[in-house]
Amino acid sequence: MKLLLKGGRVVDPRNGLDETMDVLVEEGKVLAVDIAIDAEDARVLDVSGKAVLPGLIDMHVHLREPGREDEETIKTGTLAAARGGFVAVACMPNTDPPLDTGAAVRFVLSRARETGHVRVLPVGAITKGLGGAELAEIGELRRAGAVAISDDGHAVTNSRVMRHAMEYASMFGMPVISHAEDMELSAGGAINEGYWSTRLGLPGIPAAAEETMVARDIFLAQLAGARLHIAHVSTAGSVELIRRAKEKGILVTCEATPHHFTLTDEAVAGYDTNTKVNPPLRTARDVEALRQGLADGTIDVIASDHAPHTAEEKEVEYELAAFGMIGLETSLSLAVTELVRPGILTLGQLVERMSYAPARILGLDWPGIVPGAEANVTVLDPDASFVVDPARFASLSRNTPFGGWRLFGKVVATVVAGRLAYEAGGF
Amino acid sequence: MPLRQKDLLGLEYLEREEIELILDTAVPMKEIFTRDIKKLPTLRGKTMVNLFYEPSTRTRTSFELAGKWMSADVTNIATSTSSVAKGENLKDTARTLEALGANFIVIRHQMAGAPHLVARTVKASVINAGDGRHEHPTQALLDLFTIRERLGRIEGLKVTIVGDILHSRVARSNIWGLVKLGAHVTVCGPRTLIPPEISRMGVEVTCDLGEALADADVVNVLRLQLERQKKGLLPSIREYSDLYGLTRERVEKCKPGVLILHPGPANLGVEITEEVAESPSAAVHEQVTNGVACRMAVLYLLSGGGKAGEIAA
Repeated sequence: MKLLLKGGRVVDPRNGLDETMDVLVEEGKVLAVDIAIDAEDARVLDVSGKAVLPGLIDMHVHLREPGREDEETIKTGTLAAARGGFVAVACMPNTDPPLDTGAAVRFVLSRARETGHVRVLPVGAITKGLGGAELAEIGELRRAGAVAISDDGHAVTNSRVMRHAMEYASMFGMPVISHAEDMELSAGGAINEGYWSTRLGLPGIPAAAEETMVARDIFLAQLAGARLHIAHVSTAGSVELIRRAKEKGILVTCEATPHHFTLTDEAVAGYDTNTKVNPPLRTARDVEALRQGLADGTIDVIASDHAPHTAEEKEVEYELAAFGMIGLETSLSLAVTELVRPGILTLGQLVERMSYAPARILGLDWPGIVPGAEANVTVLDPDASFVVDPARFASLSRNTPFGGWRLFGKVVATVVAGRLAYEAGGF
Repeated sequence: MPLRQKDLLGLEYLEREEIELILDTAVPMKEIFTRDIKKLPTLRGKTMVNLFYEPSTRTRTSFELAGKWMSADVTNIATSTSSVAKGENLKDTARTLEALGANFIVIRHQMAGAPHLVARTVKASVINAGDGRHEHPTQALLDLFTIRERLGRIEGLKVTIVGDILHSRVARSNIWGLVKLGAHVTVCGPRTLIPPEISRMGVEVTCDLGEALADADVVNVLRLQLERQKKGLLPSIREYSDLYGLTRERVEKCKPGVLILHPGPANLGVEITEEVAESPSAAVHEQVTNGVACRMAVLYLLSGGGKAGEIAA
């Protein structure tokens, strides 16, 4: 079936597009991008006044399958992704069992084919059992379809292991995604160490717990001559380290999450465990540095770190609650509300941070909205607002601190390889 | 003016007038319970549950007696003998206590914010008897009461809090209360036990005990948890005692009439010598007595009592 996206503003900086165009899609591919296309046999979506973007990618999510299907499944997580405007998600390997073998990666891909709503890009483990000691069979992970390796959720404490992981992964052109955390400095911590940890009496996680490991991993990437991607950067110091490393030509990229560029640790007052996340929410100064880093390109990617947890894991004492919040269904709207509307990013820059940069880092063929390309398109109404209602999320989990927030930027449609994976009601 | 909230979770959440109301109400309470016949009928037919997740003798007993002298039925739950040991979660425990008819839940918990979780879950009045390193509001109330009783006022006094500020809920509640009532507060301890940015709570910070004591009207000495040394926060208890222990020599350099407080139980010879703790400058035992009066006042006010004058009969 043909699909015609009619009258939208196509924003695709790589292809020099920011104008009103029609996009015709057939058999999974973009057939034409032009002014006033007529296609009588096509299903027509009137997207006038909406933004038509190269499909967005969330390169940091936890789909929890296999092992914690009570929190999320590949089916529900990818539906949440489609509703959030994402055509692809990279899923982290800290499942049960972890994605540390080719078989586990193939399982995720086969479940994604059977039940998924968007493309799933598995991230393999760095070490066996995420144990930080022995390298996983990284070549086998690659052959099975992994796009990167990470022990996300755990830091690779042993610097020698991390060095070898980077060297080894570089043979397969895969980046190592670092969860940068000095586990001794952060031990026992629940929130950012600072005024709010003092005031609330909660054990703190200092910014240095992240920054010392970011610095270490930058030096290791230089030593290994390999590609490093720092996950969920949360502090001003990390942004500064990465900025300087990039100036020196070290192959480092990084991402920031919407919650880290939106909220500060003050959000913890009241002990809402939905604010408990690792790395923790930081200070206003850190939020400012993240926004600056996103604006100047030091921060390459916006990724949600979507981390579903059940109510039972969250409705407990703050220190006992699981770390993490969901983000797939609020990520784009938070970026529009907090970055695009205030003028920190243009819509074109947002496309870089949420589509082209993750595609480049993960090694995807990603030509954008041009004839012949696989049709991956996100249609966004940047001016429409809505109130976040977690009860209506597609995700199985509800652990978000953004319930009740009014956000701008509604997803109108998500086209995955030519197929409408999601369309908002009202067409 | 009654208290605005059903719970007492911390002095952070009280207005100055509410703190003063509690202190004023505790005056006749103290008078009542130092009589021969101590009972007040106020809480007859009400049930109070002490839910203690940490060992405690004085705070639990103090609440228990305060409840009994107000004619409440009082039950104690120690976690080692309850279903908590079987893995029941806190919300569930709270709902169960409410289903059993608890009107007051007094909770002591090793984690900050635990009383808030209980307070959100139940309609009963929740009283924080110490949550992690966050707050211990009734301890601070009895400290304020003792200062006022001994020195006649709080406004304008210089109060020094010495010791493990980082882990101390007593310090945080005292800071909230003292600052709201107009005292000048200094916290003093080794750098490893001073939490970051505490000056933003309106206090001075120093690691020099001599400086902290020099013009203090009140010195509140905190208990040192001896396991802090094992966690690498202190090289030795001996060195701590040497640098921060309150001795007669140090007290003699203080202003005449200095008031010394300690929340107890003291490690005598570590943070304070027995000689100082038992000296006329110290109010350690009055603090215990005043604790019952303050807790009676809190129970009275949370159960709907209003003005201090109503009690005397």
